[in-house]
Amino acid sequence: MASTFDLIVIGGGPAGYVCAIRAAQLGLSVAVVEKEKLGGVCVNIGCIPTKALLHSALMANTIRHQAADLGIETGPVTTHYGVAMKRSRKVSEQNSKGVEFLMKKNKVTVLRGTGVLQKGRTVRVGDEVHTATRAVVIATGSRVKGIPAIGLGLNGTTVFSSDEALFLEKAPPRLAIVGAGAVGCEFADIFNAFGSTVTLVEALPRILPLEDADASDALAKSYKKRKIEVLAGAKVTKAEVGEAEVTLTIEAGGTTKTVTVDGVLMAAGRAVNTEDLGLETAGVTLTKQGFIKVNLDTLETDAEGVYAIGDVAGPPMLAHKGSREGVNVAERVAGKTPHPITYDNIPSVTYCHPEVASIGLTEEQCTERKLEFQVGRFPFSANGRARTSGDTDGFVKIIRGTTFGEILGAHIVGAHASEMIHELLVARENEYTVEEVDLAVHAHPTLSEAIAEACLDSLGRVIHT
Amino acid sequence: MATKIVMEALSPTMEEGRLVEWKRQEGDTVAEGDVIAEVETDKAVMELVARASGTLLRQVVAAGATVPVAEVVGYIGEPGETIDAPTSTKPAKEKAPVAAKAKEEGKVKEGEEEGEQEPEIEEEEPEGTKATVSTGDATGTGGRVKASPLARKMAAERGLTLGSITGSGPEGRIVKRDVESARVVPETTAGPPADAGSGPRFEDQPLSQIRKTIARRLAQSIGPIPTFYLTADVDMERAAEARAALNDSLGDRGRISFNDILLKALASALVQHPACNAWWQDDHIRLWHEVHLGMAVAIPDGLITPVIRHADRKGLLTLSTEARDLATRARARKLTPEEYTGSTFSISNLGMFDIEHFTAIINPPEAGILAVGRIAATPTVVDGAIVPRRRMRMTMSCDHRVIDGATGAGFLRTLTRMLENPLALVL
Repeated sequence: MASTFDLIVIGGGPAGYVCAIRAAQLGLSVAVVEKEKLGGVCVNIGCIPTKALLHSALMANTIRHQAADLGIETGPVTTHYGVAMKRSRKVSEQNSKGVEFLMKKNKVTVLRGTGVLQKGRTVRVGDEVHTATRAVVIATGSRVKGIPAIGLGLNGTTVFSSDEALFLEKAPPRLAIVGAGAVGCEFADIFNAFGSTVTLVEALPRILPLEDADASDALAKSYKKRKIEVLAGAKVTKAEVGEAEVTLTIEAGGTTKTVTVDGVLMAAGRAVNTEDLGLETAGVTLTKQGFIKVNLDTLETDAEGVYAIGDVAGPPMLAHKGSREGVNVAERVAGKTPHPITYDNIPSVTYCHPEVASIGLTEEQCTERKLEFQVGRFPFSANGRARTSGDTDGFVKIIRGTTFGEILGAHIVGAHASEMIHELLVARENEYTVEEVDLAVHAHPTLSEAIAEACLDSLGRVIHT
Repeated sequence: MATKIVMEALSPTMEEGRLVEWKRQEGDTVAEGDVIAEVETDKAVMELVARASGTLLRQVVAAGATVPVAEVVGYIGEPGETIDAPTSTKPAKEKAPVAAKAKEEGKVKEGEEEGEQEPEIEEEEPEGTKATVSTGDATGTGGRVKASPLARKMAAERGLTLGSITGSGPEGRIVKRDVESARVVPETTAGPPADAGSGPRFEDQPLSQIRKTIARRLAQSIGPIPTFYLTADVDMERAAEARAALNDSLGDRGRISFNDILLKALASALVQHPACNAWWQDDHIRLWHEVHLGMAVAIPDGLITPVIRHADRKGLLTLSTEARDLATRARARKLTPEEYTGSTFSISNLGMFDIEHFTAIINPPEAGILAVGRIAATPTVVDGAIVPRRRMRMTMSCDHRVIDGATGAGFLRTLTRMLENPLALVL
């Protein structure tokens, strides 16, 4: 049955469903169109299940390497990827149900099916055409992609993506991961802990290429210690894909090597879901990079009253960026003037072990921009709390603008880095300088003390090193 | 008793508001919190809400009228109730919302109302206890301004008053981008690059009590920068002759303009009068030992002031080349930030527009700027006879907190003499 809503959101991922909830809070009648499970990639085949698996990996490594030292006798440790996988599925299902509940609670109508834009703020779902009186929001997200050009098109068995990796019953004995961004690095961590021999291949000169070089180096060192083969600045020149095996020819540092594996996990980028959406009919255009073209202040597309948020609207392709865009657009559509999004202060987190989290500029970027800055560092090896839990890997690095003490960038590698970065995130969002961060008395003993110390170090006043 | 509806201060800096539209008509029933009118403030159109429930008895002002803050615009009361003051009431008698707000913040002394225009004479009064109904500024003279720590630091370093900046952050909070876009002014931390010379580059002079009082009283009187103006009428005949001779001898090695001669003379005069080559720094005065001349250049959508560093140490030809290069690149928007910040004194020349005389606005934290008009043949008495002489009028704007009348006049006399006797520039 065709209906009329104030707002129709296409896509029930973290951008779309949050947009719907905020709009409903503001009194709008809202529909969300979702063809699969609510929660999108994030909840079902992305953020959430991988974090569940990473927790299994962390526990396995902790028990393996630390239990005896902690006074706990375990005997030989055996891991079962399939069991961990099933647990991760349960977590995802709970989260997806949670989103369903939120839709009901906020009286958001969920239209099951594929949404296709029509002219003039109408959306066809199956045979029904729904009208939005105020706005249509495109939040269709992105999906994994292979690299068919080098013979690594996805086949779902020997060449697969995170979509399949999340449902494997067993960890492949030998695994190559192509792409060492957040996804590649997280799966390297997971499968290494579950007994795979992992080869991590990155085309750019270092793993986590978008992070500060110090963070990449620290993680590479930790991976090598765990016998993950890290090939950075490496190019896959040939791939022979067989029934049960893949042989990769990899050029790295002037030498060529071949690696034979049972599976290749493609983690080199994502493609946005802009096809078969009726964009052309609706008058929505794309950028050269293939994202939906939006006004960066309002997120409105070239078609009046049609907005795009989340991955389809451009990088960074992160759930939390999409959610905030969702809130922003909902408020704008409801007639409010939302605060602009500070795109240069969106945290980037990789949940491998040690965790890597950052905000703002890297040291390299500061140098490129000819900024005057001072770097403050504090290693967790000098932090009391880190020693108590054996989490001495990693550091806090703060880049302080010399003139005003501005936090230009902050980088944390270590246990709980994903949580700790938020202190600096709030500080930077509100334009606190390193002095204000240090002024707040930090509890002792905590890992967060390393943040205060790194601030002090940037001022030349570090206490504990 | 009817309740007055007053023009409320709907933005921190609002002093008056235009009543755009009445949302309720006379005789309408209104509840506390209802929107009764729309008011255009200095920043936006905002809603004026009822502070009492009842009937809108009277609209004292018509839509479209501009009304000072705290002035009565209408009355709410019981139907049929008579209103004793149908026309506007003195704001001083009202508990103006703006005053009430200041009181909440503990900024108003007991019994002291906003309307009392009594001149402030107690010199001993500690700072911060006096009512400051306007937003005040970052330097602690009164009212609280919402600003991020970074914005405060940047504004302080750049000599900007927070109260003069419009905030774009949450709840009008002043954030970095607001300070950055406030105005192109010198960045004082870095100061001019230390590219030459030895010895101290400047001297920070503590403020004497009298200097503090002068600063406060004058700022109160005229605005953040208490400016006064000194005009001198300069005989440019000899400068013109000198310029012609110089250009003859230079041939195709370059051309000296009147502006170049002015830059040279100005730099030399500033060396002799360090009191005018100074920055107001809120709690002290910085006397520069170096002369960095800011030179106003018109660019397509505004103006920018590129800086000639160490102008006092440079020859005419160097000054000329640099000035031309900076102006060209300024128009092409090719200047780096270091090239338009850190000046110690500025000059603005509108002679080429045939302007006879004008005043220029001081570029804070500098203490002065020279506005130069055209050079024109003027009847002049020379040895008892009236002869045409090329003359020029220049006006110096002085920050009175730094420069007193006699100080500025002395400087201007030196400058005039240099221009009238350009040979002195060689010394």
